[in-house]
Amino acid sequence: MTSEEIKEKLKNRTAGIAGCGGLGSNCAVALARVGIGTLILTDFDVISESNLNRQYYFLSQVGEPKALALKRVIHQINPAVSVIAYEVKLDPEHILRYFKDCDIIVEAFDMAEEKEMLIETVLSAFPDKPLIVGVGLAGWGMNESIHYRRSGNLHICGDEKTGISSVDPPLAPRVGMVANMQANVALEILLG
Amino acid sequence: MRIILNNNPEEFEQELLTVNELLKVKTFTFRMLVVKINGTLVKKDEYDSALIRDKDDVMVLHLVSGG
Repeated sequence: MTSEEIKEKLKNRTAGIAGCGGLGSNCAVALARVGIGTLILTDFDVISESNLNRQYYFLSQVGEPKALALKRVIHQINPAVSVIAYEVKLDPEHILRYFKDCDIIVEAFDMAEEKEMLIETVLSAFPDKPLIVGVGLAGWGMNESIHYRRSGNLHICGDEKTGISSVDPPLAPRVGMVANMQANVALEILLG
Repeated sequence: MRIILNNNPEEFEQELLTVNELLKVKTFTFRMLVVKINGTLVKKDEYDSALIRDKDDVMVLHLVSGG
């Protein structure tokens, strides 16, 4: 497929991005660059300076809500993407409402509890919808530990073991690797 | 019984295991996790009743924070 054929194929497809932090911002930007038609972005948080070690934002955006800031970033890269941004802390009801028409859903939350809630909600309510999760990305190095595996419509990217802590912070390289793996899985599904 | 656990074949002495028994036998002490048996989500309140049988395909996903 040529780049133009890929864009043509993607322009009517929609991806839901649950969380616009390190995983969500980098994954959304990758999908925007290749020409996804619509992105549905959700996040409750505002950008802080400490986020800039891994998240796709700029110093001038500190203090802005992430979902709205990411929409502006994406439109500076590819104005053809239709972006719907919700400033909201997702609960099961929001997930059903905002993501019901998505072709795929990308899980990009920070906390394990939130990841569990989203996976349970999506697997119960939308068992046929591809869900791409990012699990285990803290620290640095250990390239060989990051992998992809699949169980039905649940696609898992990450090392599945390294959680964030004060001595294992999330940093741009490994966060970006997992975010781009998620985008790569999304592309593979959407291009059939 | 022989099952597929996280895409790998595994053998157990028992012929049947509940989800909680499997987690115990494997010494999985994960606080946050998602379990599927043959592609279907097993809810938390079913961990003592949902049964794993010979030839089942089981996925246990351990969730850690970071994103």
